[in-house]
Amino acid sequence: MNLFAVLSPAGTIALQERHLIIMAVLLMLIVAIPMFIILFTFARKYRAGNTKTKHSPKLERNRLTTFAIWAIPITLIGVLSVINWTSTHALDPSKPIVSNVAPIPIQVIALRWKFLFIYPEQNIATVNFIEFPVGAPLHFELTADAPMSSFWIPQLGSQIYAMPAMSTQLNLIANETGDFRGLDTEINGIGFSGMKFIARSVSQNDFDQWVQSIQQSSTTLDLGAYNELAVPSENNPVASYASVGQGIYNNVIMKYMEPSSTETTGSSQTMPGMQM
Amino acid sequence: MTHFLLGNLTWDALPHEWFTIGGTVALILGGLFVAGLLTYLKRWRWLWNEWLTSTDPKKIGVMYIVVAGAMLFRGALDAGMIWLQQSLSVGASQGYLNADHLQQIFTAHGTIMIIFVTMGFLFGLMNFIIPLQIGARDVAFPLLNTLSFWLYVAGAIFINLFFVVGGQFAAAGWLAMPPLSELAYSPGVGIDYWIWALQISGLGSLLSGINFLVTIIKMRAPGMTLMKMPLFAWTSLCSMVLVISAFPILTMTTLLLFCDRFFGMHFFTSSFGGNPMMYVNLIWSWGHPEVYILMIPAFGIYSEIVTTFSKKRLFGHSSVVAGTIGVTLLSMLVWLHHFFTMGAGADVNAFFGIMTMFIAIPTSVLIFNWIATMYQGRITFATPMMWFMGFVSTFTLGGMAGVLLGLPGADFLLHNTLFLVAHFHTMVIGGALFGIFAGITYWFPKVLGFRLNERIGRYAFWCWIVGFFTSFVPLYILGFMGATRRMDHYDASMGFQPLFIIAGIGFIILSCGALLQVWQIIVSIKQRRQNLDTTGDPWDGRTLEWATSSPPPIYNFAIIPEVQDRDAWWDMKEKKVNVAKKAPLHYEDIEMPKNTAMGIYISGFAFLAGFGFVWHIIWAIALGLVGAIACVIVRSFDEHTEYVIPAAEVARIEAEKIPYYG
Repeated sequence: MNLFAVLSPAGTIALQERHLIIMAVLLMLIVAIPMFIILFTFARKYRAGNTKTKHSPKLERNRLTTFAIWAIPITLIGVLSVINWTSTHALDPSKPIVSNVAPIPIQVIALRWKFLFIYPEQNIATVNFIEFPVGAPLHFELTADAPMSSFWIPQLGSQIYAMPAMSTQLNLIANETGDFRGLDTEINGIGFSGMKFIARSVSQNDFDQWVQSIQQSSTTLDLGAYNELAVPSENNPVASYASVGQGIYNNVIMKYMEPSSTETTGSSQTMPGMQM
Repeated sequence: MTHFLLGNLTWDALPHEWFTIGGTVALILGGLFVAGLLTYLKRWRWLWNEWLTSTDPKKIGVMYIVVAGAMLFRGALDAGMIWLQQSLSVGASQGYLNADHLQQIFTAHGTIMIIFVTMGFLFGLMNFIIPLQIGARDVAFPLLNTLSFWLYVAGAIFINLFFVVGGQFAAAGWLAMPPLSELAYSPGVGIDYWIWALQISGLGSLLSGINFLVTIIKMRAPGMTLMKMPLFAWTSLCSMVLVISAFPILTMTTLLLFCDRFFGMHFFTSSFGGNPMMYVNLIWSWGHPEVYILMIPAFGIYSEIVTTFSKKRLFGHSSVVAGTIGVTLLSMLVWLHHFFTMGAGADVNAFFGIMTMFIAIPTSVLIFNWIATMYQGRITFATPMMWFMGFVSTFTLGGMAGVLLGLPGADFLLHNTLFLVAHFHTMVIGGALFGIFAGITYWFPKVLGFRLNERIGRYAFWCWIVGFFTSFVPLYILGFMGATRRMDHYDASMGFQPLFIIAGIGFIILSCGALLQVWQIIVSIKQRRQNLDTTGDPWDGRTLEWATSSPPPIYNFAIIPEVQDRDAWWDMKEKKVNVAKKAPLHYEDIEMPKNTAMGIYISGFAFLAGFGFVWHIIWAIALGLVGAIACVIVRSFDEHTEYVIPAAEVARIEAEKIPYYG
């Protein structure tokens, strides 16, 4: 695990975001550093004790100075605004990453207080752990069966909220292999600080083997298993399911749309509309 | 029957955990101490007649500042507890607080510091200075003013009431985002206490906003056009426009949240068609203007201080006014930047990101104009000016962090991290709070008639500056390490602990600063005879508040001054106009508002209704609402709300305190 996770990108998105941060800071320093120099120079030069300098008590306007006072920040912010517009579109979390490699879709359901990951193509599910091939675009779809949570793998880049009754999207990519820390950043109850996971980037071969090894077990994420998992729990251990019932992700969203449902989650909870 | 009388109250609501018992004991002992002191000094009647029921904005201002100061220590205690927990709770150790308790503490910390400390200080300063600065004798609506203050006090008591009754505060963060704050996930009374503390004090803020807006628009001295109005009055005006625009949103949003919780409605639940995103939008369209409500009056304070201590006219006056108005307008257009990470499209995010960056233009213009004001000045570095220098240093750092967070691409990495926490603390402490300290030091002689001790003030300033950077630079770094806000525990391997410990040391230095300020006030009171301000104009000031004696007579100005210049008092000093002696025989009767306890009664009923809402006590709700309305009706039939100070009495007061003139 890298100490300065935010500044140690392991993927294209995180790399671009770090670049953006550094560029913006440097641009602002172009104005801030001279400003500080002028501030402290004036403070020293025009101190009351120094009677050698000119005192102009009535000086209150100067066209050139006023022009500079407005023009400098307008220019700087103008440049930054262009950067803002382009980078925001380039880094839109829902924008698919262009790549020759087929993307890996992963559905994320934020629960109290763990992340459930469903791999619809591999038909497996994991809890608090994801593995994926290096260099493959990752397409996350996120929702919550819990208060709002924010899903973040700092070394891969953007975070995005996982919210009940809504589905958000996030596209990331890892350019290096390794274990990356993932976590929830939004307060969602007493288990908040323990809501974290490992994101493991491996070679395509290792990923295929990992999928196979999970598929060989006999655990299934069906309605019963899901409801059991949805019971609030803290510092949940890593778990995996060899197969996944149909449409769990959509049903978690849809259950909040139906008037008969109840928000009080727990073991007694029913999931209307869920057809396994 | 019991349910009718007590609602949901049971014996369990009484304190039974160490922190609620501690809080209760502290509240009771503190109350007993004050009551004992008043009884011993036989000051009850004096307190009631001279202070509590006063409609004099100068006295209301002082009371605001006293309450806000007390709440500052209450909020700082929370801050210390958060830091201690985060320094201890690593790896195998779980610290000394559980997650729920820590979450209650930071929720209380945020709410108290924003609503009850910074707002309280600013309304205090405005009460004292605005009428003086615009050459008025009072605010537009004196009763409304005392009502605003007492609603603020009722809110401040309400937010601490959970210690005594209920034992549980909100644990959902200072803006109580649903669905976490809904009944399903927060079943206790904590959120309700939060809602009603905000409702009660928020109503007070709204009424203050209306009051000061009307005061500034309608009650300026003859000759004081808007462009001749002092900057603190200008920035207060802008801030009050925001109060009037934003606080109704807060009231309605929290009321809807309360309807969800009380009546089982579904405005913001995730099910039954409720929409939590609606709450997020609404609360931030109050929450963002709110931080500018705190910030903008501070800009005015700095403008006054830079001109006074540089002995110069403000450079680029119209630019500064335009900049202030620009900040005011833009602050209503940026609320979405608080949730770039909630999946809005790139166009929406970019729009709000660019609007956010635009705010940097007028704020930079303000700072550059202040620096230009220093050019060819004669700068005296009294403590208010030092606070200004500290402000520019911290605020620029925070502003750069803010522009960075205005880039959605950067925000995706920094949102909810300690970088964000460091950013808004830089703005609120380095921007608003430093401005408040500068303002209090600057206007203290006007308020009490003697100066604060400069030496201790300088020590306090350096403690605040050093403590500030020691506390918050580690948080900026922690943000880049991926440390999130509101953690009650983290793994040792993350390497966060040393930085949290440094931040904790910073907190101790900051506390020394705050304690030194208390010491400064005590010493200054003791040495008041050496620091007496007999002139009414201790700093060689420029605006009208310095044209009257310190402390000013109850009516502020025996003769309302006529304004001919932006720096009205400076202009009078230059032209040697003698305000007092110009027409000593022409004193006229002055009509002033009588004291009234109605503000206390109405706030008391509001408090009762709030308590009823929290505990579902129907009779308390009914009594509270009916009582408050009845008070308003009774008062509206009272036609003797003013008294007259005869001209002879004015002449006598003026003879004793002749104001200084050039």
